Amino acid sequence: MEVLLVSLLNGLVYGMLLFMLASGLTLIFSMMGVLNFAHASMYMLGAYFAFSVSRVIGFWPALVIAPALCGVLGALIEMYALRRVHRNGHIAELLFTVGLAFIIEKATQMAWGLLPVPYRVPAVLDRPLFHIYGSNFHAYRGFMLLISALMFLAIWLLLTRTRIGLVIQAALTHPEMVGALGHNVPRVFTIVFAGGSVLAGLAGEIGGNYLVTEPSMAATMGPIVFVVVVFGGLGSLAGCFIASLIMGLVQTFAVVLDVSFADLLARVGLPVTSTTPLAEVLTMPLPRVGALLPYLMLILVLLIKPRGLMGTRDT
Amino acid sequence: MLDWLKRTVSTVLALVFSLTTGAAYAQGTIKIMYTDPLSGPFAQVGDQNLQQFKYIIDYINGRGGAIGRKFELVSFDNKSQPSEALLALKAATDQNIPVIMQCSGSNIAAALIEGVDKHNERNPNNRIVYINCGAVATELTNEKCSYWHFRMDAHVGMKAETMVRALPKDVTKVYLLNQDYLFGQSVQRDVKTFLAKLRPDVKVVGDELIPLGKVKDFSPYITKIKASGAQALLTGNWGPDMTLLIKAGMDAGLDIRYYTMYAHLGGGATAIGPAGNGKVRSVMAFHENIAVETGKTDTEGWTRQFRAQHNYDFYAAGFRTIFEFLQAAMNKAGSADPIKFSAALEGLTITDMLGYQVTMRKADHQILSEYFVGVFTKGVKYDSEKTGLGWKTETTVQPKDLDQPNTCNMKRPTS
Repeated sequence: MEVLLVSLLNGLVYGMLLFMLASGLTLIFSMMGVLNFAHASMYMLGAYFAFSVSRVIGFWPALVIAPALCGVLGALIEMYALRRVHRNGHIAELLFTVGLAFIIEKATQMAWGLLPVPYRVPAVLDRPLFHIYGSNFHAYRGFMLLISALMFLAIWLLLTRTRIGLVIQAALTHPEMVGALGHNVPRVFTIVFAGGSVLAGLAGEIGGNYLVTEPSMAATMGPIVFVVVVFGGLGSLAGCFIASLIMGLVQTFAVVLDVSFADLLARVGLPVTSTTPLAEVLTMPLPRVGALLPYLMLILVLLIKPRGLMGTRDT
Repeated sequence: MLDWLKRTVSTVLALVFSLTTGAAYAQGTIKIMYTDPLSGPFAQVGDQNLQQFKYIIDYINGRGGAIGRKFELVSFDNKSQPSEALLALKAATDQNIPVIMQCSGSNIAAALIEGVDKHNERNPNNRIVYINCGAVATELTNEKCSYWHFRMDAHVGMKAETMVRALPKDVTKVYLLNQDYLFGQSVQRDVKTFLAKLRPDVKVVGDELIPLGKVKDFSPYITKIKASGAQALLTGNWGPDMTLLIKAGMDAGLDIRYYTMYAHLGGGATAIGPAGNGKVRSVMAFHENIAVETGKTDTEGWTRQFRAQHNYDFYAAGFRTIFEFLQAAMNKAGSADPIKFSAALEGLTITDMLGYQVTMRKADHQILSEYFVGVFTKGVKYDSEKTGLGWKTETTVQPKDLDQPNTCNMKRPTS
């Protein structure tokens, strides 16, 4: 029971971090059709900007400034580069963002070095919030939950209660029609790309000190975020939210549940011994493959339900 | 940014300098080809090793080099690829360089051993010795051992034994967590072997393999470790798999002993931070406070000078032993010819900078040296990466304690 509850909390925190990162990507991907490979790079830049800014003026102002910097950078990239590339189709855009991701990684290494930087949790939050069955629940993790929940609420309100939100929503499903109705679709694109970058930057700011801020953080976080976006479905913020939580919980519980196929087979009266065919695979405990489960789920969802959980458009 | 600029300028200057003076000088020097990743995600490993080697070589050259000649380091980026390392070997043999040195990656080391063996067999007039400064797979001096390969670092089995020997008597429940690939699996196996042999009272309450570099949030593992009632966590993890694990443990207030093999390397101290005070331990060949603890003032002064010149810790100062071995072997043989000094290096015993007798074991060319387990703590003279915390020796293991049996069946050259 206690392991169950603690694991639920763990999964929730990790899932919400994934959501912060994936929400921006899902907006960009759904709206512009660009599978933005540089999205995780924005996440990394957010962490590094936050580190540098917080050293000068503290963590709290950095909470606004670092994502804003990412947003400005995102807007510039969209207006001066991506828009040009856009004329040549989605493949060109995709390749462009792949290149961009490499450039940003190298630039980060040159600017901040190859080693991790000492980006730390602010002292106010660096303490246990409450105890649960002898484990601490760190205050910063509570803060992460709060920020990501606020973020979800803010995006949701923006998309459903404002005019620009309505235009974006319309453009998610019927981009041509929105353009035909006389809306400035390129500007909406810029706003969405910049907004997505802000969200990635915020995720980096929050995740950078919870995890470790180092130049490979983009490369390690990138793949899982794509999984979340595709799994959740295009054009659906709610799908992205649910997918994030599922991924967080799946990975958490995969670690805690020490079972293998062999155990299941033994239950139904088919004991696996070393002579059984595929014994190696069957006795492999779940925690050893837990981190790969999301990718398995990605493959399954593409095979069975290509629109993802709650997608409104095909991938 | 400024650091980077400084580094670039100094590299360019060094390059210009070596181009103008190198050619005339090269005739007289004993060259050592050093190959490790100097670009890509692991570039900092090679980059920092290179600077520390240069400082060490300057010192050795100041003490007369070997056979009246000075050592000179040549570097070659192998991008963490075995094929590129073989190009480095080719470049070295083309220039008649007598020594090739490589520190990171046992897969690369295995390729180099094979490459060097083949080359030396076919070219008896142009042989080369391979100095391994950190590829630690136990096989390399056992099943895969070669006469031309000299390992100057403790292998996984020796590190595992050191870790087990460092466990205090009151620790009876341990949790093993390792990366699911060759290295992590051998740490797992060897730690269990030595626990059974040296500490039969210790119970392994958890034994976990994690996918290499795939886990972002270690909190669920911490929950599991907590539930198991373990008093110590034993891990061979490196990079983010190590730092994220420890950070998650600190955040959850998991107050146990963390035994690692790589927390003392570049970036570890920064990532762990002050929260690790008194909890994190690492198995290592050297740290800068050992000289302080044992009153070796000359060695302390030597490492302090490196700190004054460079902006980071001198964690690889233990590599000095490698060059002292080369120096002694070449002086003894009176030659820098690989076939001659390799014979002198076999079985050679020297006194290292900390005053221990270290031996290059003849049977398998594995170094037998002292090894330490340090704890990351406040209040030491030399801190790591400006965190205010540094390493303090908790356990010292003598060279003779690590004299593990080997299965090497070495073929020696006939001429």
